[in-house]
Amino acid sequence: MDEKPAQAILTMPSSADREAIFSRVRGALAPLHERAPMPDYTTELAVLRQMMGNRDAFTIFSERLVRVNGIALTEIAALVARLREGKWLQGYCDPVLWPMLAPHFGADFTVETTYDRKRVDDYAFGITRAAGAIAETGTIILSDATTSRRLGALTPWVHVAVVERAKIYSDLPQAVAALGSDSNVIWVTGPSKTADVEGILIEGVHGPGVQIALVV
Amino acid sequence: MRFQQIDQFSAELKADTRAAVYDGSKKGHEKRTKLLYDEFPDPDRLRHIAGEVKQHVVENLDTYLPQVEAKLKANGVIVHWAATAEAANEAVLGIMRARGATKMVKAKTMVSEETELAHFLEKHGMEALETDLGEFIVQIDHDHPSHIVKPIIHKNRREIATSFEKNGLGAYNDDPQTITRRARNFLRHKYLEADVGLTGANFVSAESGRIVLVTNEGNSRFCLAATKCHIAMIGIEKIVPRDYDLGLFLNLLARSGTAQDLTVYTEFISGPKSPAQPDGPEEMHVIFVDNGRTEVLASECRDILRCIRCGACLNVCPVYRQASGHAYRSVYPGPVGAVLSPLLMKEKFPQKADLPKASSLCGACNEVCPVNIPIPDLLLRLRNRAKEENVPSPGTPPMGAWALLASQPTAWRASLFGGKVMNYLPTKLLPIPALRAWEAKRALPAWRGGEFRAWMKNRPKQS
Repeated sequence: MDEKPAQAILTMPSSADREAIFSRVRGALAPLHERAPMPDYTTELAVLRQMMGNRDAFTIFSERLVRVNGIALTEIAALVARLREGKWLQGYCDPVLWPMLAPHFGADFTVETTYDRKRVDDYAFGITRAAGAIAETGTIILSDATTSRRLGALTPWVHVAVVERAKIYSDLPQAVAALGSDSNVIWVTGPSKTADVEGILIEGVHGPGVQIALVV
Repeated sequence: MRFQQIDQFSAELKADTRAAVYDGSKKGHEKRTKLLYDEFPDPDRLRHIAGEVKQHVVENLDTYLPQVEAKLKANGVIVHWAATAEAANEAVLGIMRARGATKMVKAKTMVSEETELAHFLEKHGMEALETDLGEFIVQIDHDHPSHIVKPIIHKNRREIATSFEKNGLGAYNDDPQTITRRARNFLRHKYLEADVGLTGANFVSAESGRIVLVTNEGNSRFCLAATKCHIAMIGIEKIVPRDYDLGLFLNLLARSGTAQDLTVYTEFISGPKSPAQPDGPEEMHVIFVDNGRTEVLASECRDILRCIRCGACLNVCPVYRQASGHAYRSVYPGPVGAVLSPLLMKEKFPQKADLPKASSLCGACNEVCPVNIPIPDLLLRLRNRAKEENVPSPGTPPMGAWALLASQPTAWRASLFGGKVMNYLPTKLLPIPALRAWEAKRALPAWRGGEFRAWMKNRPKQS
């Protein structure tokens, strides 16, 4: 612990470049007679309003999640069946969730509530809590406060996010307003993907190839 | 006979590459248009407002930079300032050395392409591995990216399979799925071994100091889940005023860039990891990079600093589609690159002064731009600057004769009549360099000089 202050001193940035940049910025802007004003606008402009209609956020969320090749489930039994069907029998589960889920999982499953980063390839699925969801994009919201392990939600082939139905926001501006004070919030919209090779869509690049939302 | 550099590059392009670039960019543009117009009542208004927000930021950087710095510090972030590319690279190296770090995993960042960070770190004995699939392929091939969001748009699967084989990533297999899986398996262990994760930033909110990062592959998230130290290299123009504005920009970025509603991973970072979270960086650094941006700010082309790097202008540009990204000899290709790249050269502007001429000024880039940058106007300003600085312009047809005729009405009328002779001459054989350059690639249309004047003269007068 004694080394910490020394390390901080070594990485303290010098201020010469800061002064140079600030003075050049001021110099560049000084000749402007007027500065462009901040436009007044409401974020309603950026909301896909016609899609919402009278339907509830959950219906739209499920529809949009399917559009990005994600899966929306409402029954734990359906989740277990889906995992068994994919032969994803070994995985990680947030210790807070496991008491609720355990009775539904059969003896054919091996589920751990601790994550060992040395055995990254052993976990076929990871089950973690979501902080919420966004309907208009089919997005799952993960935060440091609700995600037991960042790696547990990222490295397994299948990620299951447990979403509370009451926490589905209808659109992006609403979800931005709800970011709160968590130091890390990540929106996940479907499985990890790339189209770098000849524009062909491939899922499961560095993150999950299968993204499931279990709405409870 | 000589062509302009970009024409020459285009003329020598392999047919495969041209087809890949043309199809890729055309598809990207068509999908974007469909998505925006299908879903938003008034997408055009959206991008006009986004443009006004960014112009406001650019013209008030003297207020926003200190504000964002204070917020970041309050969030527990160590803030560095780098006036030049060298200073930015040195800052990264300094942070790594102070931690005793030797291995870095890198997410895609255009600023680090500008500073050639990976080369610099490797020269100093560090491992700096690109993790975006396209950037990884570019790195093992010792190539350069040719598109802002699709770095290997110029490569086909056979070339990629060959270089995977050469680099010990398995026997030749050109199935895109196999290629992706092999990269997945190779890179996931690299993330877990690395000491430092480096990213850029798509937006930084001045209000909260929140950094927004978007990727589709999940590579930047992996960097921030596996490593203990996060370094973000950020251009000083990346600021938006409030969190509220992020809703607007996130709606535009993915739709403009890759025709998605939202990029798969959109990460909001406001400091080192929460204490209760076992994974992620305990230490976070932000390096704000100038590297020519303050010169752009002082110029009459400062509007280009609005750019959010979506690549929509590349996809729609007829010149980019024919010439490919490498023709621009710069980190930033296409219409945005034709403006930004010469400016970022600072005093070496003449070396890239030909790029603003690589445009028909058709204006498509301006029409698709999510922040409504008047690119054609900026191109004209840079052409003017090149003229004023007497930058030689090889391959450009001389305009002296035209200027003479255009300033003398009698001579002009005579030439309109005389031009008819052109229709009877074997123009292909005329020893006029400009004419030969034209005819080498195109057919000269029949002379119709004087028709417009006749129409003008005879049209009915309007009250």
